[in-house]
Amino acid sequence: MLARIGAASVDEFFIDVPPAARNPVMRLPNAQGEIAVHRHLAALAQKNTSAGQSAFFLGAGAYRHHVPASVDHLIQRSEFLTSYTPYQPEIAQGTLQALFEFQSQVAMLLNMEVSNASMYDGSTACAEAAMMAARVTKRRKIVLSGGVHPHYVATVRTACEALGLEVMALPAAIDDEAAVVRQLSNEVAAVIVQSPNVFGTITDLTSVADAARAAGVLTVATFTEAVAFGLIEPAGGYGADIVCGEGQSIGNSLNFGGPYVGLFTTREKYIRQMPGRVAGETLDADGQRGFVLTLSTREQHIRRDKATSNICTNSGLCQLAWTIHMTLLGAAGLTRLARLNHENTLTLADALAALPGVSLLTPRFFNEFALRLSRPAQDVVDQLAARGVIAGVAMSRLDPRAGMDDVLITCATEMNTDEDIAAFARALKEVLA
Amino acid sequence: MSESLSHPSLSGNRGLLQAEGLIFETGSPTRTGVDLPAPKGHKDRLGGLGRRAPLDLPGLSEPETMRHYVRLSQRNYAIDLGLFPLGSCTMKHNPRLNERVARFEGFADLHPLQPIATVQGALELMDELAHWLMELTGMPAVALSPKAGAHGEFCGMLAIKAALAARGEAHSRTRVLVPSSAHGTNPATAIAAGFIVEEVPGSADGRVDLEAFRAKLGPDVAALMLTNPNTCGLFERDVKTIADLVHGAGGFFYCDGANYNAIVGLVRPGDLGVDAMHINLHKTFSTPHGGGGPGAGPTVLSAALAPFAPVPHIVQRSEGRVLVEHQEGTSAYGRLCAFHGQMGMFTRALAYMLSHGADGLRQVAEDAVLNANYLLARLKPHFNAPFAGPAGTHWPCMHEALFDDSTLRAAGVETIDLAKALLDEGYHPFTTYFPLVVHGAMLIEPTETEPKRELDRFCEVMIALGERANADPAALKAAPLLAPVRRLDETRAARTPVLRWRKPADA
Amino acid sequence: MAYFYTKDHEWARLEGQNAFCGISVYAVEQLGDVVYVELPEIGRSVKAGEAMAVVESAKAASDVYAPLSGTVIAVNTALAGKPELVNESAEGEGWFVQIQASDPAEQNALMDSDAYQALVKGL
Repeated sequence: MLARIGAASVDEFFIDVPPAARNPVMRLPNAQGEIAVHRHLAALAQKNTSAGQSAFFLGAGAYRHHVPASVDHLIQRSEFLTSYTPYQPEIAQGTLQALFEFQSQVAMLLNMEVSNASMYDGSTACAEAAMMAARVTKRRKIVLSGGVHPHYVATVRTACEALGLEVMALPAAIDDEAAVVRQLSNEVAAVIVQSPNVFGTITDLTSVADAARAAGVLTVATFTEAVAFGLIEPAGGYGADIVCGEGQSIGNSLNFGGPYVGLFTTREKYIRQMPGRVAGETLDADGQRGFVLTLSTREQHIRRDKATSNICTNSGLCQLAWTIHMTLLGAAGLTRLARLNHENTLTLADALAALPGVSLLTPRFFNEFALRLSRPAQDVVDQLAARGVIAGVAMSRLDPRAGMDDVLITCATEMNTDEDIAAFARALKEVLA
Repeated sequence: MSESLSHPSLSGNRGLLQAEGLIFETGSPTRTGVDLPAPKGHKDRLGGLGRRAPLDLPGLSEPETMRHYVRLSQRNYAIDLGLFPLGSCTMKHNPRLNERVARFEGFADLHPLQPIATVQGALELMDELAHWLMELTGMPAVALSPKAGAHGEFCGMLAIKAALAARGEAHSRTRVLVPSSAHGTNPATAIAAGFIVEEVPGSADGRVDLEAFRAKLGPDVAALMLTNPNTCGLFERDVKTIADLVHGAGGFFYCDGANYNAIVGLVRPGDLGVDAMHINLHKTFSTPHGGGGPGAGPTVLSAALAPFAPVPHIVQRSEGRVLVEHQEGTSAYGRLCAFHGQMGMFTRALAYMLSHGADGLRQVAEDAVLNANYLLARLKPHFNAPFAGPAGTHWPCMHEALFDDSTLRAAGVETIDLAKALLDEGYHPFTTYFPLVVHGAMLIEPTETEPKRELDRFCEVMIALGERANADPAALKAAPLLAPVRRLDETRAARTPVLRWRKPADA
Repeated sequence: MAYFYTKDHEWARLEGQNAFCGISVYAVEQLGDVVYVELPEIGRSVKAGEAMAVVESAKAASDVYAPLSGTVIAVNTALAGKPELVNESAEGEGWFVQIQASDPAEQNALMDSDAYQALVKGL
């Protein structure tokens, strides 16, 4: 090959690299075989206690659900796993049709008109929604309810303040999404509310959306548990302008926080301001139906400094897992899955709320709720972990300044057995005694 | 001829390619492919906020689901099928050991908010990955949480903004210089970070025009965003001077690491004066592209920027590793996403690094550059290579070879036509019309995982298509004929957007 | 009616104080099939040379600059449903905006049809 090129060595190709910067010495090991690498990573994995090794009741933004075996098999097909963004649509109809189906499923699930082809995760989707609202309304203030996940608040704050937007996050509140209404003004671009919120509370958002609309403000409704919408009315039905959140709980494992899949939906009239890729239907030269990425002029590779977002790579394969799992579920399966979650959570709530030193704070919930404990929740979580129960998350970990050190956020899914619930109740009783 | 080639059968199937409708046409809301226990029938406590109208989402049985997605998959091109020479995208082989280790329950079934004592192995893995990234790049810090390349750019630019604010220059330094050849994410990110973008023109040899760059420097410059190796496939030979100039003017040097595959293990960006650089784990470190994602964009930072890295931080304490998850009490500028980054990609990337080792990674870069130079040498007599020197010379490229369509235009053929003709030949095309600084650009990145035999086959096809373009331009204009669909009408899609399925009745 | 052109390929046609504005046939040929036109709000005041609209094809987006200073008094709402009007009749039914010119003398700085055709020939 070198002869064909007319070069004496590969070094010649690096002629433009400053000599002092070439071939540095690095303190790194040399190549290892598959057996050794497998062994090394297996040893690291074994230093963790996986969710399946405990009685597991932790949610707060990521949820442990059963993912059917066929989902993981299908997403590992080479043609999905090792393909690129479908910029050449004629040889990417598999990805594109799956995207079109995904967008349709997401829009139907959330009662919204249009969906994009995914964001990184729920928190970044929420930040994109805030920035989009500022573009649509040409206003510069974002108000978040005290029910929005504290990490989402921090993500929105970081992104919005970079743009010079003002961010007002209301104090943590278990059941007061409507508090945002008191902050409405002609400077506010968006109110961001969450249902189910970080404490598990579900809320009828009609009054929020109505008041916001009257003030020329967009309502952004976020969520962290998409399975909820198998049972509860989504914010699209209450009149929200942007509904976005985390899709991990359908089709995707916990993965210690990523990769996940952000869902993003809005009204048709706002699609030119929507961030991210979107697939659309069209015809080929023979008049046959096909799919392409469309409305690309909103995106960074064409619009550059005037793009609606800088996002390029998104959550392709996680989105595929989502759509495959949703196809396996269908309405019947999703409704049953959601009901199982809710029933296990009712059983858990009854078992825990009956204990001395425990009170249930969340008035209406799907599969997650907040408890007030007679001791600091973080200590309780740590002591329960030592007894093989992952009890949830202390609010003080999510937001140390919330003044809710005695609040535990806990969750049950279809994965929990009656024995898990009994073990949790027993251990909690001991720890609080 | 085209009709008969496209749709030759009565059934709509084409041999192994089965026709496949949308799930909305084949599925039903009452059908399901999951096997869940029956609910017990408890009274709900939803406070009357249940769904008002029944869901209409279609379901398929498991065998139907398998067929649906397998049939769809067969309409996709993939690295595992053939050469994927998409410039700037680094479509290399994705080793399957990486997939296996990422699925270990100790990683995949781990919640990001578990008590810290139960996730020590995960934090150790992140630290080990961080060590590799810092050592390879010669940088003292890395932020792991960015979820893709553009998110990494955002991470780095916000660190720069925070460092400027700490110097009291947040309001005075507002301009970010971006070469005209840059990826679109660079200007888009600079805007998202609240800066003003100014383009720096390129020179005749495909690099930054040093004089024009110098003229644009000033006390209001916050940073330069430079891709190196650049998007023309060339190493910026003045990179040290450029770094010194921007530092001398009080600004920072952001390097877009999208093309890091050309120099991994051979050159440390830290030695070139870089202040921040994202690393696309889904490019250089082989995590699969997955039809558009997920990626991961850890961002290495210089000592000047390290204090401002976003939370979470991993800190080693006597009791083990802990996570600092809140900005308060730190100099972190904030948080980029809900949790700790793309753990699933960290696992895969670390497996790749350990498998290759320092020696293997050096060879990755050398082979990637060798393969690209081989393509450049073989194709240069047949296509115009704008920066490869006069005929008979070989001005080297890095890991991608850049051509344009100027030898085709007389016949009325342009880059898009050659790209579509490649589809019929069984290849994914090169990157088309990028970088923007070259009219009709064709950017070819073979990667190191292609054997010479594949490169030769690809070159022969390219050369033959170049000849056909001039002899029979209409043949290229009609392409593709053999792909699962014919050329798709993108104008129609954009003029009347149909972005979701609707029931025919309410369509 | 006389047309005047900018070097960025916008045209203006003055009728009294009011100027219809759009993009030239040449510009449309370069752009290809127009899929969307983003128009300014009525009542906005624009300066000559200021970006006032965006024209998009499937794969490109270009700013459109005001050929004359003044106030936008009308926009071509037909383009929302039929962006192809720009392709079919760039300098007629495919107009973008109507500007009430604050300084009609600015047209002296623009090219007339012959000068513009000469410019395009040279491109």
